[in-house]
Amino acid sequence: VSGIGHTLSPGDPPLFDPTAPLTATGNLRWRAIVSRLVDSGASVAALIAVVMLGFVVYGVVSRGASALSLAFVFTNPQGLVGGGILNSLLGTVEIVMIGALIAAPLGVLTGLYLTEFAGRRSRTGRAMAVALDVLQGVPTIVTGLFIYGLIVIPAHAESGIAAAVALAIVMLPLMARASQEVLLLVPGTLREAADSLGVARWRAVLTVIVPAAAGGIVTGMILATARAAGETAPLLICNSIYNPLTTQLNPFKGVPSVPMLIYTSYDLAVPEALVRLWGAAFILLVGILAANILARLLLARSRAKMGGA
Amino acid sequence: MGVTAHVSPRTTKTRRASRVGDRVLFGLCALAGVIVAITLVDLGYQLVINAKPSIDRFGFGFLGHEAWAPNFKVFGAADMLYGTAVSSAMALVIGAPLGIAIAIYLSMIAPRRVSAIVGPLVEMLAAVPSIIYGFWGVIVLAPFIQRIEPGLHSALGFIPLFGSPQTTGISVFTAGLVLTLMILPIVSSLCRDLFLTVPRELTEGAEALGATRWEIIRGIVLPSTISGVSAATVLGLGRALGEAIAVSLVIGDANGIHASLFQPGSTLAERIANQFPSPVNSLHTASMFYAGLLLLVICLLTSLGARAIAGRFDVERRYARAATA
Repeated sequence: VSGIGHTLSPGDPPLFDPTAPLTATGNLRWRAIVSRLVDSGASVAALIAVVMLGFVVYGVVSRGASALSLAFVFTNPQGLVGGGILNSLLGTVEIVMIGALIAAPLGVLTGLYLTEFAGRRSRTGRAMAVALDVLQGVPTIVTGLFIYGLIVIPAHAESGIAAAVALAIVMLPLMARASQEVLLLVPGTLREAADSLGVARWRAVLTVIVPAAAGGIVTGMILATARAAGETAPLLICNSIYNPLTTQLNPFKGVPSVPMLIYTSYDLAVPEALVRLWGAAFILLVGILAANILARLLLARSRAKMGGA
Repeated sequence: MGVTAHVSPRTTKTRRASRVGDRVLFGLCALAGVIVAITLVDLGYQLVINAKPSIDRFGFGFLGHEAWAPNFKVFGAADMLYGTAVSSAMALVIGAPLGIAIAIYLSMIAPRRVSAIVGPLVEMLAAVPSIIYGFWGVIVLAPFIQRIEPGLHSALGFIPLFGSPQTTGISVFTAGLVLTLMILPIVSSLCRDLFLTVPRELTEGAEALGATRWEIIRGIVLPSTISGVSAATVLGLGRALGEAIAVSLVIGDANGIHASLFQPGSTLAERIANQFPSPVNSLHTASMFYAGLLLLVICLLTSLGARAIAGRFDVERRYARAATA
């Protein structure tokens, strides 16, 4: 360091030794160690998450698989613990489908409003984006209370339709957000091409823009519907009074559902009821995860298609 | 195509049709927006009018009152507010750093192929329904917690949070762990998307100057995304605050404020899920609406807070990404 102004004597060690091994020492070594530690810490965190998912799925699958049989899926319950879960499956499909039919058009139209009609700086557009954010942040149990006040109290009855409307409110912001995000990804050149051909706005939207975004929109719908299918809180508030033994497909009556079946089976506190609980949980979980995987594959395909365009 | 020949002299018929079509489509879209707005306003209205008997009776004292005795028509939310805060705080304290670490792993450490598999798996945690978390929590996790409680107590018992162990494993602690699992995918996937938007020039520049990965994370990635990371954390918090079913199964729905996490407790959402289907009297129902109203206000504040924190930042990034995609 202080080599200037004083000459090296032959006994001094050389200032630079080209044969020394290239290993970090001192501060540099410490920095590398810290970085390595952070790397492995982050990897462990990811591992923990995957392992926890494995624990949850294994916990359900290992307990539920033994309950599964064709009869479990295709027969109604007999008594409090025997039989299958057909009526609950049908009820859940019905409630979720009604909810999705209400939410899907509203969600896509809201997404269209945000991307096609409200400018980036538009005040109404921003207000609507805030409203969707807030709606998405509303706990589902509060949505249940809302529909209880709005529909169940005036009708003097809990019903499948009340639960369906509550689920629609859960799905709506998810679908709107998904539609908005995909519509934003539609290349501006497509819009400009339509404009330059003198195509009316509505025709351009319906025949060019929406079809280009269709894959992503459908993905968003599947994800939102899967999310709603597992919701229990709104059902507990708006649709908890029903006959658990028969099939009820009139949505203006209380309709049995899989989440409620699971929730109520636990209260029975008999081992056979737990078997049914896990069987139902297995079907619910596998159905929802399968829908998620399907949506992902669909999204990857439509992304690839759009990337090629 | 024939269209080009007719551009300037468009017939009045098609022009009118296109104008009507535009109006109809705009009208439908605006209507959808109005429905969203009405839903939100009516949501608040329904909660207020149904909570009115309880609001009239207890006023703001409801928030500070600890008793919840349906048979005596005495209701207060203090212990639920406490339980909500503690269980969510626990989820946040564990879940936020873990989620951010996962996001770092997925966006910067893992090879592309690995993160293409691990990323969706972590997001799957968000797809698992809350009722399944609840039953998994009560049947699988609680017995495990029950076994490790004595160990935690003897090691960390000097902190009041780790009080004497209970016999069931049904506790605020278990609820906090279940909530951790539920907010993990929210925090990690939002943060991963944020980290991926950090300009390559910055990170590569730092790398060229000899910065280690941790120095890049601490010096560039985290500071440039801090508002988004905070917003993601607040969104996770919102999810934890409002979770009803999973918590109702593992927390015990018990009254009282305890320092120890190993005691059972209650949260606002959980109390509604547990007691709403079988109310003792109409004031009981109204008080649960009141609790729901408190929860709504809290979650409103968290959503708006997250939005405010993310602010312009998030919007600009999103548009930038959309423009480059």
